Amino acid sequence: MATALELANRLRERFASLVSGPVEFRGELTLRVADAERMAEVCAFAKTELGFDYLVDITSVDNYGDDPRFTLIYHLYGYGHHCYARLKTDVSEEKGELPTVSGVWQTANWHEREIYDMMGLRFRGHPDLRRILMWEGYPHNPLRKDFPLSGKPTDVPELAFTQAAPLVGGPFVTVAGGKDTIEREPRGRLPENEPVETKGAPELRQVTEDRHDHSSGRGAVDQNQ
Amino acid sequence: MRTSSEIGYNSKVEGDLVVTRLDAALNWFRKNSVWPMPMGLACCAIELMAAGASRYDISRFGAEVMRFSPRQSDVMIVSGTVTYKMARVVKRVYDQMTEPKWVIAMGACASTGGMYRSYSVLQGVDRILPVNVYVAGCPPRPEALLDALIKLQEQVIAKEPVIATLKVA
Amino acid sequence: MTTAPGAARSIKTNSMAEVRDIEITDSAAKAAESMQASARANPSADELADFPGERMILNMGPSHPSTHGVLRIVLELDGEMITKAMPEVGYLHRGDEKIAENMTYSQFVPYTDRLDYLAPLANNVAYALAVEKLLGIDKQLPPRCQFIRVICAELARISSHLLGVGCYAMDLGALTVFLHTFTEREKIHNLCESLSGARFTTSYTRIGGLSRDLPPGWIEQCRKFCEEVLTNIDETETFLNRNRIFVDRTQGVGVISRADAIDFGLTGPNLRGSGIDHDLRKAQPYLVYDQLEFDVPAGTAGDSYDRYLVRMEEMRQSVRLVRQCLDKLPGGPVNIADGKIALPPKDRVLTRMEELIHHFLNVTQGVNAPPGEIYFGHENPKGELGFYIFSKGGGTPYRLKIRSPSFVNLSILPRLLPGHMVSDVVAILGSFDFVMGECDR
Repeated sequence: MATALELANRLRERFASLVSGPVEFRGELTLRVADAERMAEVCAFAKTELGFDYLVDITSVDNYGDDPRFTLIYHLYGYGHHCYARLKTDVSEEKGELPTVSGVWQTANWHEREIYDMMGLRFRGHPDLRRILMWEGYPHNPLRKDFPLSGKPTDVPELAFTQAAPLVGGPFVTVAGGKDTIEREPRGRLPENEPVETKGAPELRQVTEDRHDHSSGRGAVDQNQ
Repeated sequence: MRTSSEIGYNSKVEGDLVVTRLDAALNWFRKNSVWPMPMGLACCAIELMAAGASRYDISRFGAEVMRFSPRQSDVMIVSGTVTYKMARVVKRVYDQMTEPKWVIAMGACASTGGMYRSYSVLQGVDRILPVNVYVAGCPPRPEALLDALIKLQEQVIAKEPVIATLKVA
Repeated sequence: MTTAPGAARSIKTNSMAEVRDIEITDSAAKAAESMQASARANPSADELADFPGERMILNMGPSHPSTHGVLRIVLELDGEMITKAMPEVGYLHRGDEKIAENMTYSQFVPYTDRLDYLAPLANNVAYALAVEKLLGIDKQLPPRCQFIRVICAELARISSHLLGVGCYAMDLGALTVFLHTFTEREKIHNLCESLSGARFTTSYTRIGGLSRDLPPGWIEQCRKFCEEVLTNIDETETFLNRNRIFVDRTQGVGVISRADAIDFGLTGPNLRGSGIDHDLRKAQPYLVYDQLEFDVPAGTAGDSYDRYLVRMEEMRQSVRLVRQCLDKLPGGPVNIADGKIALPPKDRVLTRMEELIHHFLNVTQGVNAPPGEIYFGHENPKGELGFYIFSKGGGTPYRLKIRSPSFVNLSILPRLLPGHMVSDVVAILGSFDFVMGECDR
């Protein structure tokens, strides 16, 4: 029964210049893959040679203000040896795409569709890349840090509106990457007053108008539809 | 053929017969058999199912017939969070319901968006449908839903003359 | 775990119960037949070119009695046979992950309730363990807290499987089973209500402990419930296990091979129904599961009937676990003693300066987590619920990803449904036992 450290070291030896690590935190090992283009190759090796036959999850993180902007994290597990591994890779905003691993594990199909939907990263070679949680034709990528929690006005086909969620004082939001805990404390912030990010150039959120008329009382806005 | 100049209730002559207005009778029938169209979306749907189960029996109020067909139902119980993606479906289903129809917005998410004040949640189903009764709670207890049903029944019985809604060709 | 083809199928659990053999013949033949039907129904490209007839597109819409929530499947039919199936999810996407980036760790606990809303206690336990792993205190939880969390998770498992089996049977036409299982669920709701105040959506756990200790009399109530639920499980099995209609509708339907199950990332009873007896409580033990005895049931043929049997047996094992925990339950505090993580007791907050400061910082700024990232997977009734937390320090996570079992379980539908008939779709969906709150988050 191999331990997680042995498997991680074997992976690093095989791809010497490409993979760095493993870094250990709370008993978990993280390996960094320098080039996202060769991710499928590394994953195929991990599955066939090292026995990581179960892809647990693919996650994306938006490092707003850093370059490269996006980090992708793959969690692997093997039913034979019961060991976890984590692979990380970076994708810059200009490039915005990387090859798919759905040829290695079929479960990556839906995970990658979700990342495409939420973060806007494209996967080359994906059999069916379209939005999965938001509807077709939604123009934004909600999990990016510059997208406000209350949303931006868009069009839902046949329903004519989506509004930013209204609340006097806004929903409780934090400042992504604020310099200390006091700044990161979630509190009601009006979008036009608060900066999105304190590192780098702060930009104010766009003002979202509340077009909903509260005077109609009980009932629908579009009662004639 | 019996002609009688007596108006009113004489139990010896008429037996068990009650005279009333057609409107009142039809509203009474409607009140005691509101068939819900359960738009069960999220956690409140589980409490709706519990209200239909044997402990909090919704069948006592005539409403156990949870037909999933909008044409056969009277009240739509919107239970759960309505997202923008689902909102057009809810509106379409509501439009297919036949008159007279009512809406119960069950739970915090259906009434006002609840604790999900985010980019994809419709902040209250009353933005697209006219709601008759709002039920508070997250999720509301089945007894609260039954209370809402009783309030709805009071609204039904006080409705305007039913003849107007019968579209006679 | 293997049986000879054509012989009786059995679920072997070398445990307190004797091996139960259920003699239903031709099970393997039926499974083979359905594999062949699926191969026939996926013709090759040149066969498709001269295939006569039209395909019909049928929308099994988001508002449907058997889709267990708001799932939409667009089916392409050739007569009664399905040739393509495209599930569409996202009708309940509420933006939990983005909300999590804007809330402190404690403020997010009620949102975890509403993920798998059939078993909220399990989600609470999973999230609390994930944050405690990030903080590095998961091994320092007081033993009473750990035992109570195991009891909560197992009660949630029983509750979820009761509803899963009840709704599955209701979809297949057996309405009585639904009412029976809901009566037992009401007893669990009573227990939850006396424990936390809410029937479900309890929000019971906190970072570093629980919100409150067990109320007096709860343990006896729980023991009484364990007796009653075993009777009810036996009754449900009497209704369904040898029921001709149920067996014919579920055997050989929705067969998932071992390779497919691993490749598509299935977890939970769906994985174990296909023969892989992997359970996170045994493979990566957390809380006090390594001190407790229980078995992990696994199926043989990977069809809907096996998944149903796995769930029934898991309920029995959960009752066994709850009884062991009630017997071994130690005394002591339920919250970790560190005032910077768990809220200090109120009398000290009101009289001493240090505890007052801890309370204030905990509530306004949140627990001060170290920078780093962790992943924690918990064995939920639906599968493996995982939380990936990427923290840059402070009280709010920089990124919280919820690895949802139902999302991954549903991804196998485009592969599984073709080759079956339209009425089998209901049987397959019910056997998967997914919940859309978790799938769409």
